[in-house]
Amino acid sequence: MENTNKLNTNVPLEYQTETGKLNILGFWIFLGAEVALFSTLYAAYFALKDGVMEGPLPIDVFDFNYTIIMTIVLLTSSFTSGLAIHEMRRNNIKAMVVWLIITLLFGAGFLYMEIAEFIHLVHSGATLGTNALWSSFYLLTGTHGVHVAIGIVWITLIIFQALKRGLTPDTAKKVFVSSLYWHFLDFVWIFVFTGVYLLGMVK
Amino acid sequence: MVEFIKDNLILNDPMIVGANISILLTVIVLVFVLTYFKKWKWLWTEWITTVDHKRIGIMYIISALLMLFRGGVDALLMRAQLTVPNASFLSSQHYNEIFTTHGTIMILFMAMPFLLGLMNVVVPLQIGARDVAFPYLNNLSFWSFFFGAILFNISFVFGGSPDAGWTNYAPLAIEGSPGPGINYYLLGLQVSGIGTLLTGINFIVTIIKMRAPGMTLLRMPMFSWTTLITSFIIVFAFPILTVTLAMMTFDRLFGTHFFTLTAGGNPMLWANFFWLWGHPEVYIVVLPAFGIFSEVIATFSRKTLFGHKSMIISLVVISGLSFLVWVHHFYTMGGSANVNNIFSITTMAIAIPTGIKIFNWLGTLYKARIQFTAAMMWALAFIPTFVIGGVTGVMLGMAAADFQYHNTYFLIAHFHYTLIAGVVFACFAGFVYWYPKMFGHKMNEPIGKWAFWFFTIGFNVCFLPQFLLGFAGMPRRVYTYLPEDGWTALNVVSTIGAVGMGIGFVIIVYNVYYSLRHSKMETTGDSWNGRTLEWATATAVPPHYNFPVTPVVKDVDAFWQMKQEGTANKKDIEYEPIHMPNNTGTPFVMSIFFFIAGFGLVFEIWWMAILGIAGSFGCMIFRSLRSHVYDKGYYVSVEEIKRLEQPFHKEA
Repeated sequence: MENTNKLNTNVPLEYQTETGKLNILGFWIFLGAEVALFSTLYAAYFALKDGVMEGPLPIDVFDFNYTIIMTIVLLTSSFTSGLAIHEMRRNNIKAMVVWLIITLLFGAGFLYMEIAEFIHLVHSGATLGTNALWSSFYLLTGTHGVHVAIGIVWITLIIFQALKRGLTPDTAKKVFVSSLYWHFLDFVWIFVFTGVYLLGMVK
Repeated sequence: MVEFIKDNLILNDPMIVGANISILLTVIVLVFVLTYFKKWKWLWTEWITTVDHKRIGIMYIISALLMLFRGGVDALLMRAQLTVPNASFLSSQHYNEIFTTHGTIMILFMAMPFLLGLMNVVVPLQIGARDVAFPYLNNLSFWSFFFGAILFNISFVFGGSPDAGWTNYAPLAIEGSPGPGINYYLLGLQVSGIGTLLTGINFIVTIIKMRAPGMTLLRMPMFSWTTLITSFIIVFAFPILTVTLAMMTFDRLFGTHFFTLTAGGNPMLWANFFWLWGHPEVYIVVLPAFGIFSEVIATFSRKTLFGHKSMIISLVVISGLSFLVWVHHFYTMGGSANVNNIFSITTMAIAIPTGIKIFNWLGTLYKARIQFTAAMMWALAFIPTFVIGGVTGVMLGMAAADFQYHNTYFLIAHFHYTLIAGVVFACFAGFVYWYPKMFGHKMNEPIGKWAFWFFTIGFNVCFLPQFLLGFAGMPRRVYTYLPEDGWTALNVVSTIGAVGMGIGFVIIVYNVYYSLRHSKMETTGDSWNGRTLEWATATAVPPHYNFPVTPVVKDVDAFWQMKQEGTANKKDIEYEPIHMPNNTGTPFVMSIFFFIAGFGLVFEIWWMAILGIAGSFGCMIFRSLRSHVYDKGYYVSVEEIKRLEQPFHKEA
């Protein structure tokens, strides 16, 4: 914790303080733990996906066009999140906030589509308690969705802080770390989309 | 509300009523003492909200000792029940509950916090840092562990204990065990798991980023190395437990079908996931223990640890293999011959790096002028005892042979030989060794040796017969047996040994009291003529900033090298103000919300669960909004440093 105020101005803002460097490395390691978490959920889905005693099959209820739109919406939000960091590095706080808000709107859109999809699935007879396949489906996609929801609240808080206090090493670090988180959610979704949706729709 | 309490408070068992009353009395006495001596503010500002790694470590160790008492009482009750055939001291249900809580508490609420406590006290000092990387998270780690432990422990007086074994196998734990017991297990472990994961992250960053100048990774002391590797295992193993516990919680509370036989679930998935976490967990507790022994043996042999690099390599190899052996816990549960073969080979491969370590310790002892202190005696007893545990482990690792040993007392004896000789001996060795660093005086050596002899002899008398009981066919987890089985004599011997261990523990606790009254205060920071940086502080108990000036490292045994060169404890140092983090109360509040959420889920009181979860998110939002103020910390002035470093100046 020492030398918190000693600035090294040759590196990006978020890396300038000792606290910033520690927090960013710590967050990378936290993401490593998250990889282990989602791997387990993923493994559970693959171990249980043939556990279909009754209830609909994925191929009957998944809609290819709908899920590909969901995927594009989330991937775009990752892109705009990258643009926000780009603007942060150029010290352009207004553009950064605009891109962050766009990111959150895409995120919220994804979340809305996911909830709507869940409602549709429940009406088609695929609920949490239907069978092992659907239990593990909801646990995997639901955990991802909860992460997106938490990300939206978190980044909203950070936008307020950045607007109030400007771009300091502290706020820059927060924006940077939250963007790592956001990219990570995208990364997880790519596997969910491929492994759960695309493979689920193979005849 | 009254109905709810009346339904769940256990009043039909005289032993539990006794426990109820003693808990109530202890709480009343504690509240009275704190109020009478006006210590509430002291408790809050000096301990509950502290971010000082040494104090957090001490709180971990005190909790671990309390849990050792609880787990030990469970063990003694089990031994009492099994001493003679057809005993009716405990009912079968009560026996099931006790072996479940004994296992869970000893692994998760005793061994882990004890080691995390020692890590907290020692590692930042050993690498020459002023604190851990994330002091705020460190406080949160402790409190979420603590409230997780409380949540698990209140089960036996309120609602009933879990009764499906510490492995908590499905479907028994889902369909065969109604009532809140298993929920307590699931939520208690979940809450304390948060703390463990955060500690893992914290120590990785601390060790990678905050080592003193000159301390390359290859110059890092062995205990810090084991902490680093352990932290990596924690980060990759604990999320598996998180998910697995969540899945069973969903099965029990929300009607999902992960582990149920109906609707396509698979009970074996629990066994696989549980041991995918559970086997690395074994190494999470035993690797730091190896680190402690390495420090103790090097110090009291007055030699550098033999084969420092090979020790590091074997550590890394063990950590990798620890994720590849989980199936050996259930060879008999339907795996094919090929699967069993592969896991047999990986299991036996672990013996190679572990064997390297044994030879490293023996090589360190070879031709050394050994000092037989209490700490060293624990370390010396560890080597042969642990080898017995290791060799029987290889026997169990051979899949074909395992069909004979599986779930017998042979297995029980094996893992107690590894976990007690490995972990508990290490906890005691580390406790005695670093005691002056925590409290400023040594533990009384003669009393410490009495405790050592009672405990180690008791341990062998208790568990050696259990190997034979296993060969004679006695299965684990049975609450009684018949006279015709012929197991009586060995069981009597085993119980006598258990009593010896109990006496050993009581002597250790007495020694804490005795040493507080009678031991001399240490006048230097170097109580044992140590080799590593934790002994390089000017005072026995380091001030909250640890080092007034960051030490510079030139060798593996940094402090030893300084003493040889005469550069240790220089007098004419120019101090600079030191930046330190502020104390914080938020993690304590957040952990209370974790507890509320956990309790609500245990009894399916939804408003309470939602309140708890919302409260913990509220605390996180508060933290996010206030972190820039909090992170400013404060400066320790030069005058203050001079005052705290005074004892050393006087002496010089």
